[in-house]
Amino acid sequence: MANSTTSGVAVGHDAGHGEHHPRLQHHFFDMDQQLEASTLGMWVFLVTEIMFFGGLFMAYILYRYWYPDAWASASNHLNVQMGAINTVVLICSSLTMVMAVRSAQIGSIRGQVGYLIATIGFGATFLVVKYFEYAEKFEHHLVPGLGMTFAPPADHIHAAHPVVGSSEQLFFSLYFIMTGIHALHMVVGIALMLIMLVWAWRGRFTPEYYGPIEVSGLYWHFVDIVWIFLFPLLYLLGAHLGAGH
Amino acid sequence: MSTHTSHIITPTRTYVAVFIGLIILTGLTYVAAINDFGALNTPIAMGIAVMKASLVVIYFMGVRYNTPLTKVVVVAGFFWLLIMFGITMGDYVSRAWLGVPGR
Repeated sequence: MANSTTSGVAVGHDAGHGEHHPRLQHHFFDMDQQLEASTLGMWVFLVTEIMFFGGLFMAYILYRYWYPDAWASASNHLNVQMGAINTVVLICSSLTMVMAVRSAQIGSIRGQVGYLIATIGFGATFLVVKYFEYAEKFEHHLVPGLGMTFAPPADHIHAAHPVVGSSEQLFFSLYFIMTGIHALHMVVGIALMLIMLVWAWRGRFTPEYYGPIEVSGLYWHFVDIVWIFLFPLLYLLGAHLGAGH
Repeated sequence: MSTHTSHIITPTRTYVAVFIGLIILTGLTYVAAINDFGALNTPIAMGIAVMKASLVVIYFMGVRYNTPLTKVVVVAGFFWLLIMFGITMGDYVSRAWLGVPGR
């Protein structure tokens, strides 16, 4: 039956064709197909994102193959604690994201709003930690082109570590580009979630219609997956070598 | 025509279990990284990362309950990336093998 008692959805308009859910676009057969098509569409976009980040990972793989020692040595300059904190923060955000979608599926507006706020909160936390991480890099002259020279400055970092050469600079270039573009994706994700938050709060999503929040969630999880690979490749590379490398 | 979606609603405890699994694997990544396994360090790290990504894709992203078409697109996307890595690295690694200029 077209009448739904769960969310007060009005019977679809009958302008010369059959009744249907008001959120069903006319080129779809039913809500199921609409949701599946939206999901497939978002995945096709995510595959292009895989290719996008894939190019950067390819550069990382190649230069790591060519300069393994510089790679390990440069990696040891990164802050593993902050990287680990951010990994946990993103995993938490994925849980709250999935709970937000589930809240839409069971028709709980409070759940949607609460979990979306939590997700945005975790995303913002990630960016704040990232800010402090970057600030530390600037402080330690580890930014290519900004005082990062071949001759090491006379500070405690370089007293313990070898000369920062061109291969290490390469690592840091990739580090900033990869984590920077990832952070940009986080900003876009947060903006998306803010829109979802407003929509959820206004009761737009129902157990019959929750496509937008689901596909936005797919984007969010993808950004989490990119970080799942970035963390061990960038931060943990030289961890087993210990101090002095 | 159906106004309801027949989507399975995953129970909260499944999501929490996946979350705990991801946290444990993250800890495992760190522990494995600080130990020297020689040439195995990288495969181990990547193996764990692939497991984490798989948990996110299958359960958090709901691919487990998607249509076969969607599943094919997801797998094909990641597999294509591996093909690109493989062919590109094959090019670079085999440079100067033939001893002929430019090969």
